[in-house]
Amino acid sequence: MDTASFRRGVRDVAPLLLGIIPFGLVAGIATVNAGLGLPAAVGLSVVVFAGASQLAALELLGQNAPLTVVVATAVVINLRLLMYSASIAPYFREFTGRWKAVLAYVLTDQAYALSVASYRSDSETDQKWYYLGVAVTLWAVWQVTTVVGALLGTGIPDAWGLEFAIPLVFLAILVPAIEDAATAVAAVVGGAIAVVGAGFPLNLGLLVAAGVGITAGVLTESAAGGTDGD
Amino acid sequence: MATNYGPVEIAGVIAVIGVLTYACRLSFIALFGRLDEIPPVVERVLRFVPAAVLAALVLPSFVTLDAGSFATDKFVAGALAAGVAWRTEDVFATMVTGMGVLWAIRFLL
Repeated sequence: MDTASFRRGVRDVAPLLLGIIPFGLVAGIATVNAGLGLPAAVGLSVVVFAGASQLAALELLGQNAPLTVVVATAVVINLRLLMYSASIAPYFREFTGRWKAVLAYVLTDQAYALSVASYRSDSETDQKWYYLGVAVTLWAVWQVTTVVGALLGTGIPDAWGLEFAIPLVFLAILVPAIEDAATAVAAVVGGAIAVVGAGFPLNLGLLVAAGVGITAGVLTESAAGGTDGD
Repeated sequence: MATNYGPVEIAGVIAVIGVLTYACRLSFIALFGRLDEIPPVVERVLRFVPAAVLAALVLPSFVTLDAGSFATDKFVAGALAAGVAWRTEDVFATMVTGMGVLWAIRFLL
């Protein structure tokens, strides 16, 4: 184990925890608000370990949406992990299959972003242990905060409207996802269709909105042309 | 709102989402060497997933077309939080603004 690299990862991820801690608390509170207990909160955080999809699944379960819609919505939200997996794969190619399985389990938006930035700027740091310093810290903080949130959840009055913190978390992640005109179109169309689709049967609003928004983004980019091979 | 699903159904949903999410994470890390890059067509579609999905998650919480359930406090709090998110791209600042404005409208005005 390269402790210096591990510690460097822990140090680099520390400022991001300011955003992760409230996010984890909200994920725990949302579990209780959806009528689920501590085991489900722990189960979601350990087995799924992807905040946005956990919150979306909880909201749909709370509304008794069909289970296929719950699963499809959560998986669509997590499709972005395919992009991270592809982008970080070259750095992991030397590792054994068992290590790859472990490294993949703790792959998150933040672990990906910090690690790839570090790999590109610095060749001294041990890639595996730096990544683990970042990713394992995020994992541990996420587990602890969701449990704390689930334990706190029952004691918080409805008037506080804590469920409102969920879209606020997504809002803060949405802004950096809007990179250019085409992604802006995808966001505007996806958001607008979701507002119109709030009353769609089977809680299909989100899936339809995501599908139409993605299509609108692709079409905008094709119309603008010239970004192929980007 | 509380779910009517039982513990077995909940456990099943968590397991299925977990397996599929892990498959996304492991995909290219495991396949590297056999499949080095995302096919360009797939990549072009995936690029729009975060923006479209996140916007679809956010907007209905701030705005509804149903006049009966339209909540001015959430609309105002959401709009101001959006401004802060835009300027800072910071989860903590966005949450503090949104919840602060919501509570100010509910409890102080």
